[in-house]
Amino acid sequence: MRPSAVRLLNILVPIKRTVDYAVKIRVNPDQKGIDLNVKHSMNPFDEIAVEEAVRLREKLKDEVKSIKVVTIGPPKAAETLRTALAMGADSAIHIEVPDSAPAPEPLGVAKALRAVIQREKEGVDLVILGKQAIDDDAGQTGQMLAGLLDWAQATFASKVVVDPKKKEAEVTREIDGGLEELRSRLPLVITTDLRLNEPRYASLPNIMKAKKKPIQKLTPADLEVDLTPILETIKVAEPPKRVGGGKVGSVDELIAKLKEAGITPVKS
Amino acid sequence: MLRLRRVVAVSPLYRGYATATGPHALVLLEHRAGVIDSGSLSALSAAQQLGGQVTGLVLGAPEEVKDVVQSAKRLKGLTSVLHSSSQLYTHIIPEVVSPLLEKLLSDNTLYTHVVSAHSSSAKSILPRVAARLDLPAVSDITSLEHDNASNTTTFTRPIYAGNAIATVRAPGSTRVKFFTVRSTAFKASVVDESVQAEEKAVDPVPVADPPTQHVRTDLTKSDRPDLGSASRVVSGGRALKNAETFKGTLEPLADVLGAAIGASRAAVDAGYADNSLQVGQTGKVVAPELYLAIGISGAIQHLAGMKDSKLIAAINKDPEAPIFQVADVGLVADLYEAVPELVEKLKQQA
Repeated sequence: MRPSAVRLLNILVPIKRTVDYAVKIRVNPDQKGIDLNVKHSMNPFDEIAVEEAVRLREKLKDEVKSIKVVTIGPPKAAETLRTALAMGADSAIHIEVPDSAPAPEPLGVAKALRAVIQREKEGVDLVILGKQAIDDDAGQTGQMLAGLLDWAQATFASKVVVDPKKKEAEVTREIDGGLEELRSRLPLVITTDLRLNEPRYASLPNIMKAKKKPIQKLTPADLEVDLTPILETIKVAEPPKRVGGGKVGSVDELIAKLKEAGITPVKS
Repeated sequence: MLRLRRVVAVSPLYRGYATATGPHALVLLEHRAGVIDSGSLSALSAAQQLGGQVTGLVLGAPEEVKDVVQSAKRLKGLTSVLHSSSQLYTHIIPEVVSPLLEKLLSDNTLYTHVVSAHSSSAKSILPRVAARLDLPAVSDITSLEHDNASNTTTFTRPIYAGNAIATVRAPGSTRVKFFTVRSTAFKASVVDESVQAEEKAVDPVPVADPPTQHVRTDLTKSDRPDLGSASRVVSGGRALKNAETFKGTLEPLADVLGAAIGASRAAVDAGYADNSLQVGQTGKVVAPELYLAIGISGAIQHLAGMKDSKLIAAINKDPEAPIFQVADVGLVADLYEAVPELVEKLKQQA
């Protein structure tokens, strides 16, 4: 009979459906937004988060009890959830909002996620999500969620080691001048940085299996959360255009151009 | 003995609106080894543009804070310096500093705005504090405008890796407006010998049994100018084969130009350079006088980190490389021939 002292980990991975990172976005003529009739995918940093959860299970095996993904989005966001399920998540929650709804802001998203976590009967020990979404580049949701829950946080993770027995994790983070290592107690919010892992492509058998995995549908009202943003986006414009200056034919010409611009070598 | 107190009923809506005194910004002044981060100096400039008072906040271990406060007092634009020292603040851990910030920003606070650089440390702290106060935050702003009459602050900020600029407005009802500042968009505030801001010590708010402990910090040591604030950057991409070649090829060039060294994501992923050198949407955003891209193709995400540079020059073997679309001067050449030649000729001119 296995001693039941160890708490099994329940991992929650919030993900976002965003414009695909390779798309060249175009600002709409009305300057209210960008053309969204383009390819969408899972936010790359959230893919890394899903991958990390799956790798934790591969490493810790039975000690990871569940991997649940959650998204706030229109009906099409269900496809993004299916991708995560195909990568190895067990079940999903879809907080459905209409296509026409204004994009929620990090504070609203964090409140919705808090509500989800508080409703999880088995509790949540680890939340892993991307450090930023490549559409708004806000980079706040993880920190806000940790703040609302008063949990530990470790942002920009490039390495994660979890010890379920000790109920703690060691996280290496990418910071401005290099790397920092933290030790945090669970429950913990981790935000992922680029080099944490390289996400897998879901195999066809796993894609088929994912179709049968459960997706629970909820509305913001079910969670008693208002997703109306406080901050108003009043305009979206193109950045100042940068036009290329043309090529030169030799190093000498390059040096001349640099000199023209006032760039000269330093005296050694 | 009961003292009669006249209670003035203040409607919650009223508290959000401007008083005759205008905004009062609290600016996080980050520091290392006694020196204030240049990003914080840019945040200070941004705070000044709000048009009101500006208080700097210095947190740290007692030995550090003393010297930093003395430098801070002479900064142009600062009206006062608030500081709090504790061994607990030796390494800035968001869970540990948040309680102090929440206390400073509680309901009757005199601060209207909280400002910091968009540094890895500050952007880990500000959103946490904002959320605990039930307030939103604006990240990585490139400009701001404050209207005192309505108490609204309007910001611009890059979205979609800088391929669009959003104008975002924080309404008057937002009682404290949090924002982080893109340092390349605001000129760093300078020391003004005639300035002597007043200073005030604030008791640290102890956190019994913090859930997170600092284990270690490994900073890349370099004699070079700091990438984030250098006026010249020489940056390398995946074409540089390996770490040795990366260093061997770029260092002489960076030396003769007095430049910092940067790297593309591909180069960092492949292990040629440290992650702290990555320039891009999710790495460092730089805007130097000169950005010299060597063997970098110019992916959208890389451009996001350097397209505000004054002069962009590129050397690449591929004439179709996207970098040439933004470079002011481009040279199609084998970098292993062009760079040594460039270094030689520049040295002769020095």
